[in-house]
Amino acid sequence: MYQDLSMVFCGEAGQGVQTITGALLHVLKKYGYNVFSCIEYMSRIRGGCNTTEIRITEKKRDAYVRRIDMLFALTHNVVEHLKDRISSKTLIFAEKEKFGDQWSDNCIDTPLTKFAVEAGSVGFSNIVAAGVVLGMFGIPLELFTAYLQGKFAVKGEEIARKNVIAAKLGYSFGRDTAATANISLQISLPAGRPERVLMDGSTALGIGAVAAGCNFISSYPMSPGTGLLTFLAARTKEYGIVVDQAEDEIAAINAGLGASYAGARAIVTTSGGGFDLMQEGVSLAGMIETPIVIHIGQRPGPATGLPTRTEQGDLNLALHAGHGDFTRAIFSPGTLAEIIDTTQQAFNLAQQYQIPVFILTDQYLLESVSTIDASSVKRRTVEAFLIKTTETYQRYAFTDDGISPRGVPGYGEGLVRVDSDEHDENGLITESFEMRRRMVEKRLKRMHSLRETARVPTVIGSLVQAETLVISWGSNRSVLEEALDVIGNKAFAGIHFSQVFPLSPVINSLFENKRLFVMENNATGQFADLLSFETGRSISRKILKATGEPFSVEEVVDALHHSDHE
Amino acid sequence: MNKTVTPFDMPDGTDVAWCPGCGNHMLLSAVKFALHELGIDRKNLVMVSGIGQAAKAPQYIKANMFNGLHGRSLPAAQGIKLANRNLVVVVESGDGDMYGEGGNHFLHAIRRNIDITVIVHDNMVYGLTKGQASPTSQRSMTTPIQESGVMLEPFNPLTVALALNAPFVARAYAGDVERTQEIIKQAIAFKGFSIVDIFQPCVVFNKVNTYQWFREHTVYLPENHNVGDRTGAFGLAIQQDKLPLGVFYRNEQRELYEDQMGIGTIPLYQSNPLDEEAFQKLVNNSL
Repeated sequence: MYQDLSMVFCGEAGQGVQTITGALLHVLKKYGYNVFSCIEYMSRIRGGCNTTEIRITEKKRDAYVRRIDMLFALTHNVVEHLKDRISSKTLIFAEKEKFGDQWSDNCIDTPLTKFAVEAGSVGFSNIVAAGVVLGMFGIPLELFTAYLQGKFAVKGEEIARKNVIAAKLGYSFGRDTAATANISLQISLPAGRPERVLMDGSTALGIGAVAAGCNFISSYPMSPGTGLLTFLAARTKEYGIVVDQAEDEIAAINAGLGASYAGARAIVTTSGGGFDLMQEGVSLAGMIETPIVIHIGQRPGPATGLPTRTEQGDLNLALHAGHGDFTRAIFSPGTLAEIIDTTQQAFNLAQQYQIPVFILTDQYLLESVSTIDASSVKRRTVEAFLIKTTETYQRYAFTDDGISPRGVPGYGEGLVRVDSDEHDENGLITESFEMRRRMVEKRLKRMHSLRETARVPTVIGSLVQAETLVISWGSNRSVLEEALDVIGNKAFAGIHFSQVFPLSPVINSLFENKRLFVMENNATGQFADLLSFETGRSISRKILKATGEPFSVEEVVDALHHSDHE
Repeated sequence: MNKTVTPFDMPDGTDVAWCPGCGNHMLLSAVKFALHELGIDRKNLVMVSGIGQAAKAPQYIKANMFNGLHGRSLPAAQGIKLANRNLVVVVESGDGDMYGEGGNHFLHAIRRNIDITVIVHDNMVYGLTKGQASPTSQRSMTTPIQESGVMLEPFNPLTVALALNAPFVARAYAGDVERTQEIIKQAIAFKGFSIVDIFQPCVVFNKVNTYQWFREHTVYLPENHNVGDRTGAFGLAIQQDKLPLGVFYRNEQRELYEDQMGIGTIPLYQSNPLDEEAFQKLVNNSL
């Protein structure tokens, strides 16, 4: 009997683990369950050992758990790969003859290959496995066969038919096994079964961008930032988006700025290593006061690091990228809804303040899948902040707030002249120290209202009895929420930041008389240091992890329990 | 040369940062006259450049201007054109900016074939950083850094452009404003990526490739030169004793990148926000 189930599917790259995940998520969601999945994989195209975790929960949970209730092994090297996560309670579905001396009492001999071959090919093992799961939990078979027929229709009737055979074989095996081994789910369906859609972080980012009127992306592929580029590339015609694969990241951001100068709403996407190359463009954006949205999907560095893993190690990079002093903003969404919202906000803010705006995500957030209530997706008004110029137009006219009305070439009677050299109101190169002083001031002045209007961090739990605030940013929101829920100790509350720069001024009162903990996926506590610097408060404890894996709920619970006895 | 007024002239008294006698002055005239004779509206013209002495040219032309970073004129120019193809986009930069710092962009801009014109002030030396070798410096020229003479083979922009099937490839000499102006006009009028490499003497730092040297070492392509012959153009481009000037190659057959992408004439700044139905479709068709 499971009230909160964690299943892990493990196979070599190319064995179709992602197909199982896709199928199960769709069918389980369709049936009405809350589902969440996250993925960890090696930087290779075939072989190795990749896993996907799928959770079915009564309360909506969007976090990784270390615990494995059921493990589906498509390859033999699973046990070694997952030895730290397998316990005496883990049921392992595997093929006895392949497993050899790893076989234990917890194993259930599951003839994945035999059924797959019966269906037509060993390649159907993944569909058999998905069938076993659905059979065990008594999910109506028709939901699965309908999904398969839809999914494989393009590949021809024969392929779809064989998939259905594989599904049925797995399904009846699962049903029988559940009866014999007394396996069942005790998870009620959420009331009302709201219309929800499945989404991963990259998709949410893409939806946010399109909703924000994004119509230009120039980028160079780099995991895990490529998802956005792919999403937009698939929608160029439908939504009128110009998608260009740049020759390198330097070209990407400079093309983005060129397009933005001409009035496009431009974004670039990359990861830390690619962003290293973009830094000159950030500085240029600051100087020519041209909007650009920069998405950094973080992964462990330095250098090539762990290309397919996760980390939050690029906050300092985004914070300090580009030489010289200028204004920027950095968002750090932690849920699908936050990704969609902050992405829209990033575009509007970039146009309004004529600055570079960052969205920091990571592999874990971008590639985890969850559900979102479609009707609740928040839409912001697309704000252009453009004027039609007159003959006397000056691109860098001085104003009270430092922001000059922005024109674009070809719209109005004026000329739009921008220069990376220090310049006067007309964009003409100057070496006047007085003009320099005024321009520096102009570029920084806007920081004031940017800070005043920064996103207010989200309080998790209640502040009333809380002695300790556990602070997260970016992808750690959901794991912190669940960990605090598990602990159930009113002495702890959480604070989640979906904007890490500039910081909302409300944090000073929020932090008053509280002990501060910060949890983040990096080795040095980059956000903890930023908070200390900005608030003058010391951080009592940094909960850090930089192995390339996300935090698990258990880990955070342990860390907080431990601190309780300090 | 009579000083005809063009709509692209900056106000009298505008400070020009070039040295007296520099080839840039003549090139600036040639560009402005070419633009004027083509009847281009300065409101629809964007002059794009990187960094260097040549890259200051847009400062002295009354038009829209994007003076970006060193080596990055091409990515910016292509972004501008893709965002609004109604604009006339002309890049003006030096040999160091275009072939050194921006070399990779040069290769890939030719591959894309976006309708922009690239005018390269090629003086075979670094001026603004005081006389070091540039990618086009000739072997054995001595400089404060290349004390024993330049050891690298010079970058040949024409052969590289031809190798990548650049659809318009030309070379000019700034000392001959009228012919240069004529070549620039053809380049701007050409629908596609056009490159004009322009020999331009640096009177301060290049004591080898002087006005006299260029006069003695250049020759115009014959009237009957076949601009459709890519192989022939390549042969002329590697010629060393007398360096040919003129339009080497034209290829009207290459399709524009913007056409292949289906980019229409409505600029991106006029894009309409999604209506509610399109937004719901976007959200619901996610995975």
